[in-house]
Amino acid sequence: MKTKTTHNLAFAFLAGGLLLLGSGCSSPKLVRVHPWERATLADAIMDPGRDPLARAASEHVYFSRESASGGRTVNGSGCGCN
Amino acid sequence: MPRYLRHLTGTAALLLAAAAHAGIGVGDPFPSLGSAGLAGSLPDVSGRVVLVDFWASWCAPCKASFPAYARLHTDFASADFAVIAISVDQDEAAYRAFLRKTTPPFAVARDTDQQLARQVDVPAMPTCFLIGRDGRVHFMHRGFQGPETETEIRREITRLLTEKPASS
Repeated sequence: MKTKTTHNLAFAFLAGGLLLLGSGCSSPKLVRVHPWERATLADAIMDPGRDPLARAASEHVYFSRESASGGRTVNGSGCGCN
Repeated sequence: MPRYLRHLTGTAALLLAAAAHAGIGVGDPFPSLGSAGLAGSLPDVSGRVVLVDFWASWCAPCKASFPAYARLHTDFASADFAVIAISVDQDEAAYRAFLRKTTPPFAVARDTDQQLARQVDVPAMPTCFLIGRDGRVHFMHRGFQGPETETEIRREITRLLTEKPASS
């Protein structure tokens, strides 16, 4: 009896695991923010470089710690349009 | 069948259905706009070539695309052609403010609960679908890259309008 229960449980876990892997839980279709849902991301407040002073300070930190300068900006808004 | 197996089967069916949904592409019939629960008046599209554009007030390329769609609307006004711009805005005030500024000459509607956008699985903002007289998608374009995109869409509209309708 005990063996049968263990067997059933093991089967359930195995089937559940396979199901999660094969069902597309890792699929971008299920986990990503869809293009039509990006209104909040497109808001100016979501732009990390919106404050010139903070941006300059951040650039300075990167430059002094990593000798890296520039290349931190991207084109377009946070909505990922186009 | 054991209860857990029934649950597993049900969950699998739901997840697989969600994962397998690939959206609307070229060759697929486009969902009926009349039954999509859109807010706004839509023109009669039966027997016409229709350009359906998904846009939002927060999307910069969408703003850039409106003058191009206005030109297409004007240039093909005498043909059996219509432009329908469907907003996915959830903020109605932003939607109305955008329309006040741009005053598009073509039909505009709002997908209030984003039901149609979800059904179509819009791949990018903006995306336009060119629907033929047969109700199927003949061309789709992701994003808007200025005159290049306008030329491409114009060519496709011309091709569809000059195409003879398939005899049924």
